[in-house]
Amino acid sequence: MTRPRIFVPRDAAALALGADDVERAIVAALRRRQIDAEIVRTGSRGLFWLEPMIEVAVGGERIAYGPIGTADVEILFDAGWLDGKPHALRLGKPEALPFLKRQQRFTFARCGIVDRLSLADYRAHGGYKGLERAVGMAPAAIVEEVTRSGLRGRGGAGFPTGIKWRTTAQAAAPQKYIVCNADEGDSGTFADRMIMEGDPFVLIEGMTIAGIAVGATKGYVYIRSEYPHAIEIFDRALAVARAERTLGPKLAGSAYEFDIEIRVGAGAYVCGEETALLDSLEGKRGMVRAKPPLPGHHGLFGQPTVVNNVISLASVPFILAEGAKAYADVGMGRSRGTIPVQLAGNIKYGGLFEAGFGVTLGTLVDEIGGGTASGRPVRAVQVGGPLGAYFPRALFDTPFDYEAFAARDGLIGHGGVVVFDDTVDMARQARFAMEFCAIESCGKCTPCRIGSTRGVEVIDRIVHNENRAANLTLLKDLCTTMKLGSLCALGGFAPYPVMSAVTHFPEDFGAQPGLAAAE
Amino acid sequence: MSLIKETDYGTPTAKSDKQVTLTIDGFTVTVPEGTSIMRAATTVGTEVPRLCATDSVAAFGSCRLCLVEIAGRAGTPASCTTPVAEGMAVTTQSARLKDLRRNVMELYISDHPLDCLTCSANGNCELQDMAGAVGLREVRYGYEGENHLKAAKDESNPYFTFDPAKCIVCSRCVRACEEVQGTFALTVDGRGFQSTIEAGMAESFLESECVSCGACVQACPTATLMEKSVVEIGQPEHSVVTTCAYCGVGCSFKAEMRGDELVRMVPYKDGKANHGHSCVKGRFAWGYATHRDRILKPMVREKITDPWREVSWEEALGRVASEFKRIQEKYGRGSIGGITSSRCTNEETYLVQKLVRAVFGNNNVDTCARVCHSPTGYGLSKTFGTSAGTQDFDSVEEADVIMVIGANPTDAHPVFGSQMKKRLRAGAKLIVVDPRRTDLVRSAHIEANHHLPIRPGTNVAVLNALAHVVVTEGLVNRAFIEERCDKAAFAEWASFVALPENSPETVAPLAGLDAKEIRAAARLYATGGNGAIYYGLGVTEHSQGTTAVMGMANLAMATGNIGRRGVGVNPLRGQNNVQGSCDMGSFPHELSGYRHISDDATRALFEAAWGVKLEPEPGLRIPNMFDAALDGSFRGLYVQGEDIVQSDPDTKHVTAGLAAMECIVVQDLFLNETANYAHVFLPGSTFLEKNGTFINAERRIGMVRKVMQPKNGYEDWEVTIAIAKAMGFDMSYAHPSEIMDEIARLTPTFSGVSFKRLEELGSVQWPCNDKAPEGTPIMHIGTFVRGKGNFMVTEYVPTDEKVGPRFPLLLTTGRILSQYNVGAQTRRTDNVVWHEEDRLEIHPHDAEERGVRDGDWVRLASRSGETTVRARITERVAPGVVYTTFHHPNTQANVVTTDYADWATSCPEYKVTAVQISPSNGPTEWQESYRDLAEKSRRIAVKVPATAAE
Repeated sequence: MTRPRIFVPRDAAALALGADDVERAIVAALRRRQIDAEIVRTGSRGLFWLEPMIEVAVGGERIAYGPIGTADVEILFDAGWLDGKPHALRLGKPEALPFLKRQQRFTFARCGIVDRLSLADYRAHGGYKGLERAVGMAPAAIVEEVTRSGLRGRGGAGFPTGIKWRTTAQAAAPQKYIVCNADEGDSGTFADRMIMEGDPFVLIEGMTIAGIAVGATKGYVYIRSEYPHAIEIFDRALAVARAERTLGPKLAGSAYEFDIEIRVGAGAYVCGEETALLDSLEGKRGMVRAKPPLPGHHGLFGQPTVVNNVISLASVPFILAEGAKAYADVGMGRSRGTIPVQLAGNIKYGGLFEAGFGVTLGTLVDEIGGGTASGRPVRAVQVGGPLGAYFPRALFDTPFDYEAFAARDGLIGHGGVVVFDDTVDMARQARFAMEFCAIESCGKCTPCRIGSTRGVEVIDRIVHNENRAANLTLLKDLCTTMKLGSLCALGGFAPYPVMSAVTHFPEDFGAQPGLAAAE
Repeated sequence: MSLIKETDYGTPTAKSDKQVTLTIDGFTVTVPEGTSIMRAATTVGTEVPRLCATDSVAAFGSCRLCLVEIAGRAGTPASCTTPVAEGMAVTTQSARLKDLRRNVMELYISDHPLDCLTCSANGNCELQDMAGAVGLREVRYGYEGENHLKAAKDESNPYFTFDPAKCIVCSRCVRACEEVQGTFALTVDGRGFQSTIEAGMAESFLESECVSCGACVQACPTATLMEKSVVEIGQPEHSVVTTCAYCGVGCSFKAEMRGDELVRMVPYKDGKANHGHSCVKGRFAWGYATHRDRILKPMVREKITDPWREVSWEEALGRVASEFKRIQEKYGRGSIGGITSSRCTNEETYLVQKLVRAVFGNNNVDTCARVCHSPTGYGLSKTFGTSAGTQDFDSVEEADVIMVIGANPTDAHPVFGSQMKKRLRAGAKLIVVDPRRTDLVRSAHIEANHHLPIRPGTNVAVLNALAHVVVTEGLVNRAFIEERCDKAAFAEWASFVALPENSPETVAPLAGLDAKEIRAAARLYATGGNGAIYYGLGVTEHSQGTTAVMGMANLAMATGNIGRRGVGVNPLRGQNNVQGSCDMGSFPHELSGYRHISDDATRALFEAAWGVKLEPEPGLRIPNMFDAALDGSFRGLYVQGEDIVQSDPDTKHVTAGLAAMECIVVQDLFLNETANYAHVFLPGSTFLEKNGTFINAERRIGMVRKVMQPKNGYEDWEVTIAIAKAMGFDMSYAHPSEIMDEIARLTPTFSGVSFKRLEELGSVQWPCNDKAPEGTPIMHIGTFVRGKGNFMVTEYVPTDEKVGPRFPLLLTTGRILSQYNVGAQTRRTDNVVWHEEDRLEIHPHDAEERGVRDGDWVRLASRSGETTVRARITERVAPGVVYTTFHHPNTQANVVTTDYADWATSCPEYKVTAVQISPSNGPTEWQESYRDLAEKSRRIAVKVPATAAE
């Protein structure tokens, strides 16, 4: 009889829902029952309402059970879950779950499946195929492959990754760098964290390919300090990769050299902005730099630097392994390939949903997400983090596509979708956007530094019906000033949630019942 | 006269050979590639509104007032951070831009006090200007929102105030501190709306590491950082460009005036030595000019124990003439002499030496350069053929390896120190050879690749060891030697330095160094690209000062590091006009332009011009004057602007010599220590009160312009003329320009120099003549002035000043940033807040052994004398070495220094004195008696209120 294998997620979301406690209970049960079983710690499949979702290997297949509490463990053993026997918590084959079945997992193909720190497992699931191909290609051809894939920056700006690489590849310098932006600070986003915790080698592989493509020998991953599990796992993965010589000099038997270091952020949202991130990496206070010069020419320590988001880099191994076409065949318009949408907020089925571009917002929220968790009607959805626009139901036909969202004064950003039900006060949300900007502003440019604070004050006056019409005009002026005048996207995008709230939900900016007009 | 307004181009110049043509508001403009749109616009007279941009620091892009539109590009890019591109069409004004700018200004003013009429920047405020420029008419946000209007002022710095309520957080101060000064004392604390400018770790400006260079004050667009003098007096109405009278950097300043009152000194951007930067001395420490201690009336006395008696100029000058004549009649023509000053102008210095040679009829003239850089003159002329540094300051910007030997530029030549640090931050490598761990060794963003903390007195041995590595490891630049140098001299030198006694392994133990470090430093200098040597008095003020200068010259030639930009051998001159006073013929053996007095042709030239016969024999050097005074043959001395009692070594010997003389005439601003021994005091004029020229360390002749009338009645050159006249010799010059014309006529290296030329060029580096009408920034290009470069064999001969059981420690002396030389000027300014007394730096180990705690009074004794001073325990000095400054007369550090001197030039060995330190509970007997004498000596019998400026 083969040794039973039990797959327990150790993703932070699963941990928050008690995965470690459940694992301890399983270990205790195994000991008591004198069963010799292997427990494999994986990432999460990304179905958070089912976490902790635990899978058992049954005859070359996996059967999922969840969500499991500690009290369920003994019962599951009794029910014979190691043999895939039925139980109320039995979910069946995970791939058959509708939430997963509808997905197209390129980047997250292994996440939640493999042992996160086993290179053998990684390889067994197609890992390092991309790198193997890349080391046999001319660096310029790698850049060309990525360019043809249509991959765009998944951090939010949507800039073509291949073109960014080309800039750095063509810059002559004694040292170049690959910097991975893992300062995932947008509300409702977790894709970076999930991949670093669930499949760290894919990021290592992606960065290594990037290094070879542009001629960089050193990479930095800038991880926010709020991600201790990701930091720990990624650090261990780096050690494994070095030990197995897929990092370091003459990596993977090639003539190339590449290594990666982790740098931990210090809690500033603005350090997710690429130039502020570079300042922070250099040990300075995270201040946004004016562009030009572009980081591609003058980046970390003044050297040509590729700064890419985690997901952008983690998408590269697939592109190299399967070819640019396989990636570009998916998607719509100029948004090619897949995007890991992160469904969060007041939503019934929250989690990670990777699919080709083109799914409409309504499908994502209503069908895939199942509407609100509270059961009340969905009133607004904020897409793209705290600086993304609020979309009303009327715009639910918007497809997930960079241009389509921009055409409706919105952005997809890092792919975070936060759902609100009809109890939301959109004036408060608008105020929060300005407040958030005021708290997180680096303080460099005037529109953001002073404007965000004035924005809070002006919205307060509107809400308190002081000179409402004049203050609404002032708020619009301020938003235009911030949008056009700010140095970076923090101040530049803060007007999106504010103006979308004002535009789509004007009733929330009207006189409040019970408040006498102050004029 | 009006206030000089320098154009601020917003961003620094771009250095590129490629030109780019674009249009700005339809006007075509061609600028170097890399130029910002803002700068390009300014060159065609289009001012794009801005607040965070100023051309002394890199573009920052924070204020967002300078946004423009570019045809074919989305958005509104900032013109300061966007470089020009070929064919670009820029629009600086549109309805959209107008709205944007007005809205940004509205935000600024919503957090700014509305006290323009009572604000010290009123009339000179960029925020005010910009509010006007963008047409701000209302602030719709009101003034009740969150703000910084109640933030507390920091008035701790004596020279400027910091009022955060007026701060617009443009970071210009922070960036100026970083990019221009390189101190990194300022930072932005907090984020977003809470962003505030902080000095140090949220300290007051005074407590922080701020060095008060003034760069932040200059950069501030509002009244946030403001000179206290402007707060007190108001905005200036006219300005005059002049040259600073402190160190040998020779910074250009605008003296900004209200009528006859100096409001502030602002560094002049067009100044070729300082490019708009300054230090605490030149920028702020000019209050001595009107200090109450200043003497404005001539005074005489019969005996030095008498009180002074104020007299008319006629009486004082009559006394000088009759006494000098009487002494010469009684003791002979050679019984009197004069000392010129490195603080005075070239014209004044020239006249004093002329007075001595032509009127006194002897060559008993010397200058204070005797005690600082005389070995430079001799050493460099023997090897290269010119008694001066080889480069201009800007050359450092092309240096790849900088070797600093016995110099502390961040303290003593701060503005050049900042320029050097800028280059180091840009990646140049650094070797520091210094017994002390100076700031260059390690400070913010600066770290020496090699620090050789040599034992004082071993310079020559270490230079030979460096040369040994170059020669024996095959690092000699053969092609350079072949083409440019005397091959026989090279061969002799090379075989000498290759001797095992000059190997790093032999030298290291006696110099207290690690042989590996010596080898590494030599390799770096020889192979690291452009290698530039900068040195100071730590090289010259030794018994082998001249030998060490030659050693550096040898090293530069052997590695081919001479004769182009980025290389060279560069003395950092101590005082403002050391170079000039030497150039002007102040040494007893040389006429102007370093021509020996024994040369018949040269003498004939001067004899014809002056109408007198000149003595062919060199006269007395300063130390010989004291010796001669003691043996009775030297009896009268005219000292212009130098305090030999405080600055010369072995004070007891100096004062004994002075006390033995019969007539000492001191011309100075203050009753200095030398005046304690004087019989006639002639009040001097400050650099603000006279016309003339100074020559800085890079041979740059800069204009000194009179910004106010001499408070004492006469410019110093006029007084020298009056002495000559009183002695029956007619010097008829109506203006210093006429003196310079005479110098130019008689001096080949100056033949192209005139005040007119200087007005045209701003400044010029000699040689300036028909061959080089625009002057000579870099010397020895193509060929050495002397023809072939000459290698000198530099055998190391240890000084006789040795440590032993009685005096086991080595004392070395120097100066610090806030004080200048004998402190006569800086002690009479608020600079005393940074350095109110001299301190003795001692290593913790040596202090522990002697039971000395930080701040304790200690007795500092040598075989020459002893004094007391308070101790500062620090690891800046190595064990066995102690260090002090000589800025304060109460300390009289030179009581301790000895009469040992350079073998060639008699430059005193200030830098090596064997001493002992022991705990003490008060001043020494010498200090007490000297203080009594000084007090008595300064009595003035007739009180005339006009002298007091209180």
